[in-house]
Amino acid sequence: MITFEGVTKRYGDGTVAVDNLSLQVPTGAITVFVGPSGCGKTTSLRMINRMIDATEGRILLDDQDIREIDPPTLRRGIGYVIQQAGLFPHRKIVDNVATVPYLLGWDKKKARARAMELLERVGLDTKLAGRYPFQLSGGQQQRVGVARALAADPPVLLMDEPFSAVDPVVRASLQDELLRLQAELHKTIVFVTHDIDEAIKLGDTVAVMRVGGHLAQIAAPATLLAEPADAFVEGFLGKDRGIRRLSFVPASGLAVSTERGVPGWSVALDENERPIGWRRDGADGLQPFGTFDLKKDSLRTALDAALLAPPGSAIAVDGDGRFAGVVTREALDEALRRAGQVPGDG
Amino acid sequence: MGDTEPLVRWDWIGRNWPGIQQLLTDHIVMALVPVVLGLVIALPLGLASARWRVLYQPTVGLMNVVYSLPSLAVFIVLIPITGLAERTTVIIPLTFYSLAVLIPAVVDGLGAVPDSVRQSAVAMGFGPMRRLLQVDLPIAVPVVLAGLRVATVSSISLVSVGALIGRGGLGYLFIDGWQRQFYTPIVVGIVLVVALAVLADGLIVLAQRLLTPWARARRTA
Amino acid sequence: MNWLVDFFGNRANWSGSGGIPIRLLEHVEFSLAALLLAMVIAIPLGLLIGHTRRGAVLVVVTANAARALPTLGLVVLIVLLAGVGTTWPVLLPLVALAIPPILVNTYEGIRGVDEDLRDAAYGMGLRGRQVLLRVLVPVALPLILLGLRIAAIQVVATATVAAYVGLGGLGRYIIDGLATKDFPSTIGGAVLVAALALVVQLAFSLLQRVLVSPGVSRRARVR
Repeated sequence: MITFEGVTKRYGDGTVAVDNLSLQVPTGAITVFVGPSGCGKTTSLRMINRMIDATEGRILLDDQDIREIDPPTLRRGIGYVIQQAGLFPHRKIVDNVATVPYLLGWDKKKARARAMELLERVGLDTKLAGRYPFQLSGGQQQRVGVARALAADPPVLLMDEPFSAVDPVVRASLQDELLRLQAELHKTIVFVTHDIDEAIKLGDTVAVMRVGGHLAQIAAPATLLAEPADAFVEGFLGKDRGIRRLSFVPASGLAVSTERGVPGWSVALDENERPIGWRRDGADGLQPFGTFDLKKDSLRTALDAALLAPPGSAIAVDGDGRFAGVVTREALDEALRRAGQVPGDG
Repeated sequence: MGDTEPLVRWDWIGRNWPGIQQLLTDHIVMALVPVVLGLVIALPLGLASARWRVLYQPTVGLMNVVYSLPSLAVFIVLIPITGLAERTTVIIPLTFYSLAVLIPAVVDGLGAVPDSVRQSAVAMGFGPMRRLLQVDLPIAVPVVLAGLRVATVSSISLVSVGALIGRGGLGYLFIDGWQRQFYTPIVVGIVLVVALAVLADGLIVLAQRLLTPWARARRTA
Repeated sequence: MNWLVDFFGNRANWSGSGGIPIRLLEHVEFSLAALLLAMVIAIPLGLLIGHTRRGAVLVVVTANAARALPTLGLVVLIVLLAGVGTTWPVLLPLVALAIPPILVNTYEGIRGVDEDLRDAAYGMGLRGRQVLLRVLVPVALPLILLGLRIAAIQVVATATVAAYVGLGGLGRYIIDGLATKDFPSTIGGAVLVAALALVVQLAFSLLQRVLVSPGVSRRARVR
């Protein structure tokens, strides 16, 4: 656990970057610092590995004041990923990843083996190991950056806007990759971003900060969307909070009818029992449809699946994509009402 | 020469001041003509190398070769053509040295124009000539002037080598002092050459401030 | 051309203490000594101010002013002061000539390394000296070598001037030739110095290929 106790960073010219920040970063979870530029989120992150030292207050890493630890030693135990990846251009990818193991005095063979293992783990072809950073795309470089941070298996990972320099498609895949890795590794991750959607997608806890280095609210994403602490947080979250909040309501609570249709419509299946469309009674041809995974998906996905189809109902599938039932508009309405967010209920 | 000989005899300077002044003028002409010529030639050549990248490697390669020729050697090779103790014999090689510094500076300066700036200039309807004069060149000014500073200072210092072939401006004072085993002219020569270089360098820095007010505004911001 | 044939074809020019091999060796030895001395001073200083960013303005301004020092003037002054016949003090003007390009390029090279890279290096837990030697120097190496190359070429070219005060080296052919109106000797000496400078140029190109990481010079082929 990382604890900020009344941490303030004031620069020589009087500017206050972080103002009396107190919060806890829980172990084994992703905590996102989010806010507009100038809110002190990056400064807060960089104080954890002492790239910047706090002016007042203290930061505890598992009950130890980090000021008692010599910065390089502290940093070797904390993974650090930055926006442009910051790969060393003169070293091959494998040696970039093995940087910290080398520093820690591992033997070369062991360090390289570990690096190869990590490259695979972050979804990179190990053929890239012998290349130099300039020969990789931005997204690949960023993956190497993550692998490098994980190399010595540090319990804590600091990520400073790691995905903001890549295009949206690559960014989404890097985010998914991070969630997948985290499900295996359970690191204590502090993640800084200015993108609220990224914060909500990745964070177990989200700390919203405002200009001047003030903490506006710290909460789980669903709570944040449901109960923003003030107008600033509400404004920062944006317009369609209600819809986005449904991402945090599991679809498993929906009433599913096992009928293969609704009045006037039936679900067409292929030979593997996978849905291929809606068929209107007495008509040929198939109409568009949407599905959601009953076990994994959220109410938002289910609603989306219903909105895509002319009958206004969503098709539930199991983990293998096979037909599992139908959710009617009424069942959806009921679930939405329970979630307290009926669309149009101003 | 005894230990009592002072480094500088002020009375010698007073007596010889008119002659020193003449050497100074000669020095300035021989040092600055090559730099001005160099700039006039380097601008079109640099522009051409920036425009047609195939020209760049050969041009810079050639300039590297030119730069590695010892000035004294080139002075001597020219003597049969342009004559001993002639200004031209000194000015021609120094022009080539200036080129060797200035052409890469012009190319690098133009390379420093951000693509976005160049493209938005095109998009706003600047023709090639207008874009060059109003957008590319002003942005390239700091890098070109940095090259100009090196070229000017080197040129001022190198002219004195010309004294070995009988035409070196203030360099004559070194030969004179050496032959008469007399410190004063040598010291005067060194001081004047350095002073001249520092003055010229300062003037270019001043010109840069006047030519690129945007850079100054950023510095104070 | 005839002069060159006269000079290089003369067998007397190839042997003895005044022969080309000896003169060449003297020239190389003298230039190398000046360059090494300049490196010992300028490289650590350039690394230090580039890394700490302290004292940069003062050092760079001084180095630029030092470029203006007329080598010929310094050479004659030093020999007069130290007494005719001295050899090593004459190195000083050459060292003064070589320091500015090495110092300024080393400083600019280190200072110019991408801020993100520095940040990443410290963030990984490298100590100050490790950041400098393992990251900044390899990345700045092309510029540092450029400074060394410029300095080496200037020293080789300017070392000819030392012959004026009676020292050896290839400058002897030039100066003596001028004094005795022996044009083949003068031109031959000039050609030898130019050739030596070109060899230095080539040597540095090779050195660059060997020392600079393909990741920095971007020469690596995609496998």
